[in-house]
Amino acid sequence: MSISKLLIANRGEIAVRINRAAQALGISTVQVVSRADRDMLAAQLADEVIEIGPAPALRSYLSIPAILDAARRTGADAIHPGYGFLAENAAFAQSVEDAGLIFVGPKAAIIRQMGDKISALTAAREAGVPTLPGSDGSVADSATARAIAHDIGYPVMIKATAGGGGRGIRVARNETQLEELFAQAMQEAASAFGNGSVYLERMIEYGRHIEVQVLGDGHDVIHLYERDCSVQRRRQKVWEEAPATCLSPSVRAALCQSAVNLARQVGYNSAGTVEYLYDQVEEKFYFLEMNTRIQVEHPVTEMVTGVDIVVEMLRIADGERLHFKQSDIHLHGHAIECRINAEDPERNFLPAPGQVKKLVMPQGTGVRVDTFLYEGYTVPPFYDSLVAKIIVHADQRAQTLATLRKTLDSTRVEGFATTLPLHVRLAGTSEVATATYDTGWLERWLSQDQLLHGSAMS
Amino acid sequence: MSSNAIAAPMPGIFYNQPGIDQPPYFQPDDIVITGATIGLIEVMKTFTPVTAPVGGLFKGYLVENEDAVMAGDLLAEILV
Repeated sequence: MSISKLLIANRGEIAVRINRAAQALGISTVQVVSRADRDMLAAQLADEVIEIGPAPALRSYLSIPAILDAARRTGADAIHPGYGFLAENAAFAQSVEDAGLIFVGPKAAIIRQMGDKISALTAAREAGVPTLPGSDGSVADSATARAIAHDIGYPVMIKATAGGGGRGIRVARNETQLEELFAQAMQEAASAFGNGSVYLERMIEYGRHIEVQVLGDGHDVIHLYERDCSVQRRRQKVWEEAPATCLSPSVRAALCQSAVNLARQVGYNSAGTVEYLYDQVEEKFYFLEMNTRIQVEHPVTEMVTGVDIVVEMLRIADGERLHFKQSDIHLHGHAIECRINAEDPERNFLPAPGQVKKLVMPQGTGVRVDTFLYEGYTVPPFYDSLVAKIIVHADQRAQTLATLRKTLDSTRVEGFATTLPLHVRLAGTSEVATATYDTGWLERWLSQDQLLHGSAMS
Repeated sequence: MSSNAIAAPMPGIFYNQPGIDQPPYFQPDDIVITGATIGLIEVMKTFTPVTAPVGGLFKGYLVENEDAVMAGDLLAEILV
């Protein structure tokens, strides 16, 4: 290793994960902390700790000058950004490169290219990766809209160019609806976003979110198969699995190969994830975006492939070539991850930071826990609510689910509300048992539950 | 007239403005009506409005914009 000291520009469970991976490779670690995070677990594990600012993330974990200054002061020669915060900030990656330090992630130019919706779609199309059929730009009038909708097929989404986060979207199921909604959509876009421009995109009903883990070293790219992350609430993943049991072997092969093709096309040089929307009726997949960082749900992939993705990221950043050929990668069994958040499912997922009074984390064959909790620790209110990931692995999915149910029952987090009870109930639903959910299922299930029981959870 | 302090209902980051580069919700001597939003608290990326329990004359904020606050910390004063 030419990296001798790694600065970890993150917090929470991923900072713990990165500290352990670096130390296993003989790299000494520097953990940055905000004033509110001095007693966090990663700070206890790290070889050095440096305070970079006050509690608000904007002045600590999101402050590029504060982090670069910490690297200079501690003599770190590499920076791992984790996920969130500055992980996909091309300007940050660039300034790390410019400071003569190693950024543990892809080149800044790749982050920039994949971070821009248009250039990412262009790269996907050039690599032959399917994208959602659409109007390829804004649509001027309803006659043009009719012609395009006829080509891409109903139902279609009419989206405001300036919209986002689910706002400014209308769904037309036939030509009559399109006529009516198109004019409305333009008018609404003009008043809501100050820009009346709209475009059309094919709508996929009951779609699933499937993503492929890739590893590239700037020369070669391999995939580590896929994950199914369709169990979501408000576009946040709640429960993840590897592999995606809904895929046929031929679709799986085509999907994984398309991710490799895209990563190779851009000269990808780190761990990354290509996300797709999967149409389970037509058995077709469509590129959504590429995440140029380690992801929260990476452990399910590690469990089914045996590859330590964070270690590989560090080796690649250090200039090594990939340690694996594609033919070395085999799928073994099935893994499920449950995200335990400090949120109260009985009170509409209200954030619930607080002190850990009692903690019993599960153990056993095929059980892994990634967490930063310890008894007596106070989860600060300033950051993300994810406090633990419980991951279970077994030979077959049914066995994994059975082990998971026992595992969740043996887990205790006391002192504040968590989403643990939600996972206990999810693990008992028929949709989870049969893996027949889609990206809208969890919200439909929660609202139905609310009607039956008068609260989000009973 | 008596002074009435508004306490933080939860811990988090306090914002006295609706968004970056926008003026604070209230200036000293503004009239506040009951239920008016006087600030926001961000807890674990969720924003919750802080509202005035009583109407009156706004005296001022007791913490800075973007300060970390604990539940019960006094945020602003209203003269009733």
